[in-house]
Amino acid sequence: MATIRLDVVSAERELFSGECEMIFAPASMGEVGIAPRHAPLLTTLKPGEVRARLPGGEEESFYVSGGILEVQPHVVTVLSDTGQRAADLDEAAALEAQAAAERALADKQSAIDEARARAELIQAAAQLRAIRRQRGR
Amino acid sequence: MAGARDIKNKIRSVQNTQKITRAMEMVAASKMRKAQDRMAAARPYAEKMRNVIAHVSAASLEYRHPFLVEREMKRAGIIVVSSDRGLCGGLNNNLFRMLIRQMDEWRAQGVEQDFCIIGNKGASFFARFGVNLVGQATHVGDAPAVDTLFGVIKVVLDAYTSGRVDRVFMIYNQFVNSMTQRPVIEQLLPRESSQEEEVGHYWDYIYEPDSKAVLDIMMTRYIESLIYQAVVENAASEQAARMVAMKAASDNAGGLIDELVLAYNKARQASITQELSEIVGGAAAL
Repeated sequence: MATIRLDVVSAERELFSGECEMIFAPASMGEVGIAPRHAPLLTTLKPGEVRARLPGGEEESFYVSGGILEVQPHVVTVLSDTGQRAADLDEAAALEAQAAAERALADKQSAIDEARARAELIQAAAQLRAIRRQRGR
Repeated sequence: MAGARDIKNKIRSVQNTQKITRAMEMVAASKMRKAQDRMAAARPYAEKMRNVIAHVSAASLEYRHPFLVEREMKRAGIIVVSSDRGLCGGLNNNLFRMLIRQMDEWRAQGVEQDFCIIGNKGASFFARFGVNLVGQATHVGDAPAVDTLFGVIKVVLDAYTSGRVDRVFMIYNQFVNSMTQRPVIEQLLPRESSQEEEVGHYWDYIYEPDSKAVLDIMMTRYIESLIYQAVVENAASEQAARMVAMKAASDNAGGLIDELVLAYNKARQASITQELSEIVGGAAAL
């Protein structure tokens, strides 16, 4: 029986790569089943399970929390999201990052000026140079 | 023998320091290997993404995604990727120095700047530098998770979409090999659209729900993966730099110990000679 190549990748790692007979995925507009020589398709995924029927009848399944599905006649790629993704969760994370920045700004003493930071950096660089020279000696 | 005992104590303390630096060197070496694996693991995602984006943006010509459109630069957004911990040689300082040069250049051109900082070292440095900080993520750890970066990424992307910043740059340490790490500034947004690879025959995807919605999500995920990749690469650079710095420290400690042992032997010899001559002198006086 004809097979189709499936790659499941997330930003952090590759989850699966291999030949399959049939793939089922939770597309955003309804579950899709993909057999070899499927027409090119690009769609977003809902949270759910991607199932792959391997040659020999075994089944592999992966939970995805969303992502993108790309189908070409001989290769299917699932670009899985990492972690929980939802608009409001992202929003919360963004607020947290901003709050961290504000805290950091509030912490700094107002009088400390750029010049001092610059001076420290120059000093550090000079130290580094000196160390290198010493080592080369 | 007072001088000799002092020297002996000093030798012992240097030996203890050397033990620590040697242990840190080995820990950094093993962490570096893991970080390199993580770098390699993150690559396929970005590559796949790039391919599909190239195709989608070539196919749906009527829709120009905002992430691809050039604007005149009045305000730049900068993502600074730094390490969480120190003792890694000049890694962070080199990065900051390069960034400061670039900042001066922008300031001369009248470009304002917003900063987003990843990593403790960058946070503590820029807290004193008086920059316009809009987002911050610290304690990213040795194995950075994408989740910890969502916040900063969204702040930056929102600033770009809303038109507050006109360009987004990212600065991080590129991992060339275990001996070399190079600070680089990369332009994240707008992305240069790739015009290469004219396909022989025309084909297009079936889009669900439509090409615009898919492209929107893809672009965001793509930028996220680039930032993640930079953070992972910076982490590998950090470990490599630490490994080299600690190796140098261990070597220096070794040199110091040799010198001290020499001084100790001389002091011992001198005290013996002195005692002998005192005995001889005493005997002669009788």
